[in-house]
Amino acid sequence: MSFITSYGTYIPRFRIRVEEVARIWGENANAIKEGLGIKEKSVPDFDEDTATIAVEAAREAFKRVKINPKDVGAVFVGSESHPYAVKPTATIVGEALGIGNEYFAADLEFACKAGTAGMQICYAMVKSGMIKYGLAIGSDTAQSRPGDALEYAAAAGGAAILIGREGIAEIKATYSYTSDTPDFWRRDLQPYPNHGGRFTGEPAYFRHVINAAKGLMEKYSYSVEDFDYVVFHQPNAKFPLKAASLLGFSKEQVTPGLLVTEVGNTYSASSLIGLCAVLDIAKPEERILLVSFGSGAGSDAFVIEVTEEILDYPRNPSVRDKISEKAYLDYSTYLKHRRKIKT
Amino acid sequence: MRVAIIGVGCSKFGELWEKSFREIYLEAGLKAIEDAGIEGKEIEALYVGNMSSGMYLNQEHVAALIADYAGLAELGIPAVRVEAADASGGLALKEAYMAVASGIHKIVVAAGVEKVTDVGDAMKIASSSADQEWECFAGANLPALYALIARLHMKRFGGKEEDLALVAVKNHKNAVNNPIAQFRREISVEEVLNSPYIAEPLKVLDSAPISDGAAAIVLASEEVARKYTDTPVFIECAQASDYVALQNRKDLLTMNAVVKAAREAYRRAKVGAKDIDIAELHDSFTFAEILEYEDLGFAEKGKGYELIREGVTEIGGDLPVNTSGGLKACGHAIGATGIRQAVEIVQQLRNEAGKRQVDAEVGLSLNIGGTGATAIVTIYKR
Amino acid sequence: MIPRFWRKIKYRYSLRGTHCKNCNSYFYPPRDLCPNCRRKGIIEEVNLPTCGRVLSYTVVWGEKGSPYVIALIELENKVKILSQLACRPEEVYDGMEVECTFRKYGEDGDAGIIYYGTKFIPKRGDGYVSKE
Repeated sequence: MSFITSYGTYIPRFRIRVEEVARIWGENANAIKEGLGIKEKSVPDFDEDTATIAVEAAREAFKRVKINPKDVGAVFVGSESHPYAVKPTATIVGEALGIGNEYFAADLEFACKAGTAGMQICYAMVKSGMIKYGLAIGSDTAQSRPGDALEYAAAAGGAAILIGREGIAEIKATYSYTSDTPDFWRRDLQPYPNHGGRFTGEPAYFRHVINAAKGLMEKYSYSVEDFDYVVFHQPNAKFPLKAASLLGFSKEQVTPGLLVTEVGNTYSASSLIGLCAVLDIAKPEERILLVSFGSGAGSDAFVIEVTEEILDYPRNPSVRDKISEKAYLDYSTYLKHRRKIKT
Repeated sequence: MRVAIIGVGCSKFGELWEKSFREIYLEAGLKAIEDAGIEGKEIEALYVGNMSSGMYLNQEHVAALIADYAGLAELGIPAVRVEAADASGGLALKEAYMAVASGIHKIVVAAGVEKVTDVGDAMKIASSSADQEWECFAGANLPALYALIARLHMKRFGGKEEDLALVAVKNHKNAVNNPIAQFRREISVEEVLNSPYIAEPLKVLDSAPISDGAAAIVLASEEVARKYTDTPVFIECAQASDYVALQNRKDLLTMNAVVKAAREAYRRAKVGAKDIDIAELHDSFTFAEILEYEDLGFAEKGKGYELIREGVTEIGGDLPVNTSGGLKACGHAIGATGIRQAVEIVQQLRNEAGKRQVDAEVGLSLNIGGTGATAIVTIYKR
Repeated sequence: MIPRFWRKIKYRYSLRGTHCKNCNSYFYPPRDLCPNCRRKGIIEEVNLPTCGRVLSYTVVWGEKGSPYVIALIELENKVKILSQLACRPEEVYDGMEVECTFRKYGEDGDAGIIYYGTKFIPKRGDGYVSKE
């Protein structure tokens, strides 16, 4: 059996409002806020990147449980913004956590689902007995071309999920739905990703999310009624709400894990931070359906059942606490933070 | 054996675009030898203070190079380069002093030289006197490190940014009458206070420039000295060190190396702080001069500000400090500074300082490496 | 410079220093020889406290990435550390409580390695600090 033993999140403190981005490009902020369901997004500091965010998230996960870091047998960091094209982020995390040298490590990339892909690997390695604990991290400082619609959403954040043989929530099952669908991509040496506009909706996000959720429930005999919460990848607020309604979940089951309105799309961390926000409030025996989505495309679905151990588990500061701690940037400072000004 | 300085020479300090490393030191060396009235062949050894010819010029092995271009190659005398960041000149002086004091040599030359304008980032190289791995890695440079001490000291003892500005104003005023000085113009307190911060509370005009320049002195044993001059200036010299990185020092408000070197130099010269008539101090930053007043015993701990406020250290005050203009206005040619200070004190004690002349019998110079990990105190008597 | 950075990664990524068991002194950066006991010292590696307070600070101008804040921080066990503060210049004050964080210190241009290390941030407020 594989459990979530601990979790940690990190959200940079800076935000930029949709109004501020819209002001620069002469767009209608209200229409964008309405259309995307996003009010503002998180922005990393000058000296933050995917690796620093991954370390901070992971350190929180370790702070919350008494585990010898040397018992961690695997570290996987999923991101589409690894600081190095070649040279792993996972080793930076492993060193900063003091895991030692005896561990499996790799960086993963699958657009926004690389974090849950790491969870699946850790799940399997723990379940098979290969390792005692595995650390799966989704972390991103998402890039967007100035003026692109992505600029309203592409955010920064990270979540670390420590998976082991006991813990606060059991991963009962996982299932993936994958196809070759070029809805969003970034070619080698290109600074910004491209996307297929409206093509990213129906044939990409919805097809994969719905099929993964349905496939999971069918294969492992669950139904919508078996779940207390559902968490989806959240590129905007509209998509996850629509996916929930297509599957028959209520809005109330989605909103506890819906954070995109306040932080934007944290890419590889997006569904994981949503999961952590739900774990912040979940009670024993409650069941969570987690469905990520990564362009290209695929969805990983998980059945997660909260255990009694969550009652003694320190869950503060909560994800929502972190989201509320913020400082706003103007657009020019944002450009400086994101190193979009040539110096 | 007593040691005397019998000849001094100094190049102009500043941005010497048209002069190379070799030309600068040759100018200083020739002046010193001429001033001493000796023949080149009488020089028994050469000590050169130079911080960073490797980084500034990609040229190491400069002691031999200097001896070579100074026409001493045929004589084959030992040429030694010493390095202690911007106390390199002071260290050359101290090594030369020891060579004569020990009786091994009778006439030696101590020189200091730095050519900094041939490369771009002079500040970065100057900051290599701090701990590269644990200070500079964190983004600290020399002004930042002095600023950390300054803020603590000012807060504890009520120092004001105006007090620091007074040091710059005084030293600029003194430099007006120094022909070799880099900045021969007066500045006002307002100008200092209105100059931009480089590391709060230190501003551009609280900082010494990084300059080109060279200085040389001829040292001789007392017996030899008497043969060449009626006005030998006798010296006693002491050196001390401290932790390089500020974070390791127990007390940041005192430069321990300065206290220790001063104590030893006073002991050797059989004088006390009260006996000093004139001093050249290491004002790489204005604040440093105030801290040094205290650590040399010119003022009690925390009372350094009073000396500058009350004009004690001006020309005309009881203890003129940096009559040359100091590092701030005469210029700071890193490895040359310690020797340049000696030149000023010798000229003052020989009554050759022109318009900046003060009445003095006992002088002191303090040369510091980096943020105080090396301190060299020299005491001069007629 | 890569080996020089790499060699001390362990001490830069985390606040790891040394302790002399003979005189009970702590050192950061780590020292192999105790300056109090020298060869009589018994040195061991230890994790240092992750919180402290600002003893002195300065805002540096005119350097790459400036303005940034450099501070001397006294950790809870009195060890002093020179570090950057990951905060805005106007946020720092003497005595400010800080905690460590993992940040980028710089990089060797666009193509070179990235230097990571420990910086400090203002200790997070009551609404934020872990209530465990």
